[in-house]
Amino acid sequence: MSYSITEPSSRQKWIAGGLVIAYAILTLLPLAWIIATGFKTPADAIAYPPKVLFTPSLEGYVNLFTSRSRVTPEDLAALGPPSTWYDSIVRQYGMVITGASRYGERFLNSIIIGFGSTFLSVFLGTIAAYAFSRFKVPLKDDLLFFILSTRMMPPIAVAIPIFLMYRQLGLSDTHLGMILLYTAVNLSLSVWLLKGFIDEIPIEYEEAALIDGYTRFQAFYKVVLPQAATGIASTAIFCLIFAWNEYAFAVLLTSGTAQTAPPFIPTIIGAGGKDWPAVAAGATLFLLPIMVFTILLRKHLLRGITFGAVRK
Amino acid sequence: MAQIVIKSLRKEFGAFTAVQSSSFTIEDGEFFMLLGPSGCGKTTTLRMIAGLELPTAGEIFIDGAEVSQKPVSQRDIAFVFQMFALYPHMNVRKNISYPLVSQGMKRDQVRAKVNEVAEILGITSILEKPVGGLSGGDRQRVALGRAIVRDPACFLMDEPLGALDAEFREHMALELRALHDRMRATTVYVTHDQLEAMQMGDKIVVMNHGVVEQFGRPQEIYDWPATTFVARFIGSPAMNLLNFDGMVGNGSTQVTLSDAAIKIPPMISGASGPLTLGVRPEHIRLDDAAPLKARIRAAEYLGTTQIITLDTPYGPVKARIASTQAATIGDTTGLAFDARSITLFDPTGHALISEANQKVLSHG
Repeated sequence: MSYSITEPSSRQKWIAGGLVIAYAILTLLPLAWIIATGFKTPADAIAYPPKVLFTPSLEGYVNLFTSRSRVTPEDLAALGPPSTWYDSIVRQYGMVITGASRYGERFLNSIIIGFGSTFLSVFLGTIAAYAFSRFKVPLKDDLLFFILSTRMMPPIAVAIPIFLMYRQLGLSDTHLGMILLYTAVNLSLSVWLLKGFIDEIPIEYEEAALIDGYTRFQAFYKVVLPQAATGIASTAIFCLIFAWNEYAFAVLLTSGTAQTAPPFIPTIIGAGGKDWPAVAAGATLFLLPIMVFTILLRKHLLRGITFGAVRK
Repeated sequence: MAQIVIKSLRKEFGAFTAVQSSSFTIEDGEFFMLLGPSGCGKTTTLRMIAGLELPTAGEIFIDGAEVSQKPVSQRDIAFVFQMFALYPHMNVRKNISYPLVSQGMKRDQVRAKVNEVAEILGITSILEKPVGGLSGGDRQRVALGRAIVRDPACFLMDEPLGALDAEFREHMALELRALHDRMRATTVYVTHDQLEAMQMGDKIVVMNHGVVEQFGRPQEIYDWPATTFVARFIGSPAMNLLNFDGMVGNGSTQVTLSDAAIKIPPMISGASGPLTLGVRPEHIRLDDAAPLKARIRAAEYLGTTQIITLDTPYGPVKARIASTQAATIGDTTGLAFDARSITLFDPTGHALISEANQKVLSHG
């Protein structure tokens, strides 16, 4: 194939730049709105017309992390002056803080389950993909098709059997259960993605390592793994995004110990009025880990998406 | 360093036989060429010597020890790949150090050894560079460096010059040969380029369809091909092969083509039926008085010589003659063959033994 390699004119560059900026605004606007709502007071959050400029408040975050109860003005006065800044925010509404909310625990659950299942999917995916790529596996094509076929229906279609199985096995509302479930769903994606990446690594590198006196396994982790880093990173991002954002199974299978943040955040709405700033604050914090992870690995992700497009 | 003996080596990939009962011996310190067209089994043979493939049957001896089923790491060989296979995530120094690190050699020793090898190959200045930006020639030198740094029993090279452009190939070929002459390490070199094989090799094995067609010194193979395949494959232009019906026996000294008697070396073995007469272009003279007539079809000027293509009743024949000799296209002339250099092939394409080629072909 041949490509035109002439430098684009400055007008073309302006148009291209404008399009990119317009698209960025379009996709980032909801995100900006969520982040802004997190810093509004409940009144500002539902004001009509919507307020673009507002006095920032940490109310949403305070409400997100605390549980509160309403007290009579006499009791409030009897408590004396508020001891902390978040106490004073709460007291404006005639309430006192009674303890920490469960958001912290749920967030931690999300981290354990999200990263745990991502690690497991990528680890199992890498060794399976390596075997499929390099060894003569009996019925290789059928096995690969079978692995792919687990993606051919929406996972939620098997929600009821899984719900019953998990109840029977005692895996309902456990970290292990959720990690296994997300790993099972992600594994087909990770095997297929990683097989593509490993196929592209010339087998000569491993043979060279064998000649240089390394064992097969040493050749795998000293030569193949560094080469596959791009693929592993982009696969990890895809797996993490799925496990992190998954809502349906989390609602169905978790309620307490292992509940992740996505099913928890909506429960804030029910507790004491529609507290949109607290919901927005929960969503904002929930976005952060994925954002950080993606930014850290973005170089790999970009290379991962275009991988195989350029033949050397 | 090492002598390598291949005995009845065979490799099957499912129903496909890549190498069938090959046998040959590579003497200590030899620069040995495995030559043949693609798919002939030469690379598979090399990979079996290395241990990257395990043979279906047969034996491989390196310095007297049978290694055919041993893992690569126990064979003490170095391998240079066609695509170099430098580790892309390491710089030049690390690439060359890698085999030493695996042996657990001490750091300063590794450093000294790598510097020494870099000196030999003239790559001291690029030692700290990443391999990504190197030119083809430098990559090749680094790959060689990784091979020689360990002082292995032998070097195996799989078309190491195949990825270089033509101009640079010749230069690297000379460099490689000079390196070998200095180190005197047994080297097995796979190529499909007969000129490269003739230019560099001490000995050549010519393979086709997994079978060893001939094994010997370049000159012997060029002068006395054992089969019509070798006759066609070696030499540029190739040996002329003229098919005719005839009969030769022990003591025959001539054959008849188009009523013209052609003198041949005194035969020892005999055959009859559809035979083939092989003669190199440089052993043909254009002589109007010669009885075998031919019409000049084309002339290619090559400086001191020219290649004349002639139409004969046996198909086109190429002759290499001096540029000074006039040859007009369309003229009819006679062909005179140098009787001492003719090879006859039996109906199966194998050379018949004559007094001229018996010394070369009798060893097998």
